[in-house]
Amino acid sequence: MPANLRLSYFLPVIIILTLAAIFWSYLGEIKDGKSIQDLPSALIDKPAPVFKLPSINSGDKGFDSAVLKGQVTLVNVWASWCAPCRIEHPRMMQLAREGVAIYGINYKDTPEAATGFLTELGNPYKAVGADRTGKISIDWGVYGYPETFVVDPKGHIRYRHVGPIMAQDLTDKIRPLIKALNK
Amino acid sequence: MIAEIGQFALILALVIAIIQGTLPLAGAALNRAQWVAVAKPAARGQFLFVIIAFLCLMHAYVTSDFSVANVAHNSHTLKPLLYKISGVWGNHEGSMVLWVTILALFGLAVAEFGTGLPPTLRARVLSIQGLIGVAFLAFILFTSNPFLRLDPAPLEGNGLNPILQDPGLAFHPPFLYLGYVGFSMAFSFAVAALIEGRVDPAWARWVRPWTLAAWCALTIGIALGSWWAYYELGWGGWWFWDPVENASFIPWLIGTALLHSAVVVEKRDALKSWTILLAILAFSMSLLGTFLVRSGVLTSVHAFASDPERGVFILGLLVFVIGGSLTLYAIRAPQLKGGGLFAPISREGALVLNNLLLTTGAAVVLLGTLYPLILDAFGGGKVSVGPPFFNATFVPLMVPVMLAAIVGAMLSWKRADIGAVFSRLKIAFYITLIAISVTAWFAGSLRDVLAAGGIGIAAWMIVGSALEIAERIALFKGPISNSWRRAIGLPRSAWGMAIAHGAVGIMVAGITASSAWRVEKIQLMAPGDVITVSGYSLKFEGAKPIKGPNYHGERGLFTVTKNGKAVTTLTPEKREYPAERSQTTEAGILTMVSGDLYAVLGDKSKNPAKGGASWSTRIYFNPLVAWIWVGAILMACGGLVSLTDRRHRIGAPKTARKPAKKAADPQPGPVSA
Repeated sequence: MPANLRLSYFLPVIIILTLAAIFWSYLGEIKDGKSIQDLPSALIDKPAPVFKLPSINSGDKGFDSAVLKGQVTLVNVWASWCAPCRIEHPRMMQLAREGVAIYGINYKDTPEAATGFLTELGNPYKAVGADRTGKISIDWGVYGYPETFVVDPKGHIRYRHVGPIMAQDLTDKIRPLIKALNK
Repeated sequence: MIAEIGQFALILALVIAIIQGTLPLAGAALNRAQWVAVAKPAARGQFLFVIIAFLCLMHAYVTSDFSVANVAHNSHTLKPLLYKISGVWGNHEGSMVLWVTILALFGLAVAEFGTGLPPTLRARVLSIQGLIGVAFLAFILFTSNPFLRLDPAPLEGNGLNPILQDPGLAFHPPFLYLGYVGFSMAFSFAVAALIEGRVDPAWARWVRPWTLAAWCALTIGIALGSWWAYYELGWGGWWFWDPVENASFIPWLIGTALLHSAVVVEKRDALKSWTILLAILAFSMSLLGTFLVRSGVLTSVHAFASDPERGVFILGLLVFVIGGSLTLYAIRAPQLKGGGLFAPISREGALVLNNLLLTTGAAVVLLGTLYPLILDAFGGGKVSVGPPFFNATFVPLMVPVMLAAIVGAMLSWKRADIGAVFSRLKIAFYITLIAISVTAWFAGSLRDVLAAGGIGIAAWMIVGSALEIAERIALFKGPISNSWRRAIGLPRSAWGMAIAHGAVGIMVAGITASSAWRVEKIQLMAPGDVITVSGYSLKFEGAKPIKGPNYHGERGLFTVTKNGKAVTTLTPEKREYPAERSQTTEAGILTMVSGDLYAVLGDKSKNPAKGGASWSTRIYFNPLVAWIWVGAILMACGGLVSLTDRRHRIGAPKTARKPAKKAADPQPGPVSA
């Protein structure tokens, strides 16, 4: 029988076992409390990354990390192609109406599509920076879209939310945190 | 008491599954007829106890027994009966019970209807099914017990996530699971064949109906899910390339490839080892999907329930089932003797192309889904790929699949004359060109040029499938009665294929038109305001408060007119579910052949200028969007028609039918178009 064994036939099982090993390391991390929801936890309570982003199109201004100091700010990473971003959008508008300063990082988008998104649905952002290559988002440790960070007046990241912010997240987490940080 | 009966039934089912998973397998190896004979009663017993457990859980939901933790966490007394029932599988524990129920049902079906199978093959298939049952029953009993009690029992339950309280979604999971679990049949047949060391056309004829049935269910399940996303999420999108959607789409792609390659094994005794691999992979991907959804490894809009503890268990299961079967494959597959030879230009050749492209497509979707994890594991940082990745990689792979499907269907087995086929497809080719030119004529931008290509593919698929049937029944080439007679005599599998291929065309038309020419208008409207979208005038009549059994909210009223004539009224709603503290939007949709008029009611705001309030509203016109789901349903219908083919109904005939079969297939030759 060994004469009949062919290495190439083992390829599928090798791929699956490699994948399983990767999954295993992930489950380990999640079990250690590093849930995907707050990965990487390393950034929490640390200063926000230093960056400077151009605007989505030449018409308006972009922003840099300096604006994140002096007040509580929300940094929201979004894209026009991201479905959950649309689901979340009404909550962003709501927060903007409540006077929260929200800065948007527009991830790997085209100027037309991003501008279209904002004119169609409304613009909750004080300023939007275009992260066309996705480099700045990596600095922030962005995992999925949308993702939202709460930054305190000192410019330290205090909370990270992965996925769309739903009504319950507003009442349970975001609003109380902003209130506490504003004291 | 009822809950305890349910739990006890699950334990009994596990014990029976252990017997079913070991004794017949050993009996087949050691040549002990009594052990082999255990398979059938065991499959019956397993189904009996699993269905008892399922009904007990349903009883707890219908009677709102909040002393059962699962019911208390996921149900509510005010919930309509339909959602109390669908609540059974609207949560992790219950959905796993549904999973094993369907698994046991398929096992029962093999035990009852598989009388024509060789006894050892049947025993082995049932044993493998039994082992899968052991894994899932143990998973339920040890990590996700649905019958756990709460003491004291709460007076009221937490309710079901309101976004899930929807008729479309109520039946989405059962269909998906019918598909996933249905692939377990192909898997069990594949593993049993590897153990036996024998794969022949009779084997393929047994596997194909199960695969076909599973594929149909999965098609309907995915279509229901996407339809739900379309009308429930409130912005008219219907596919997000979300990890959970991909998790169901990957098995579908592999299953589609399997359907096609099984035909080659059945008709030509070739591609055996590849077909076995696909059968293993289709179910493996179903398991992988379950793992991704249930473990919390990937974040997703859909991840309503996830838990890493369970992830470890499913991962172990994954390694055992997939790793074990693939190792068996690696050892045994090289010994499988290849059958009929064929030239590259032949029906077999076309099916190989189909298989290569579909599995590459599945691999691309899998890569896109797992990419963030894999890159991170190798220290590349955390990134995510979005629809731009899938559109740029997956779509180009599917274009040749669709173009080749029509040509391939007309090629003959072994060696084909491609020139003759092209000349028979002349009409389809001309109509495709006309469709592309007309579409491009009315359009200007690059996006529309691509869309014209999409419409061209749709025309090619629809006309090509129709031509195929027209030719086989000799339409317009003699008296209509002759064609009618031929149409009735045509194998159902030929009808099924033409329907399914044409349905893909219908779907492509819907996908292309709705993504390229969608009109979207977002504005503030006060009562009395009129907005015009794609020729339809929508007058906003205002919004009134409404109250449902477990929600309250607002209902807007739009009267729709076209050229001054009344068309309909649309009543989009915005609902607030106090028990779950969340909101949903219910779009008002008018579905027409030409497209959907889609209205969403947004937030109310004060509008002093107009002396009252105004609402933000979103109106869309989605051209041909309903074609997507009509296409998907037709595709499943094609599968069902093929399932009723004579060769499946009368079991697995041996060589006797083969010559007759060949006569039914028209020989290729220069036939004037």
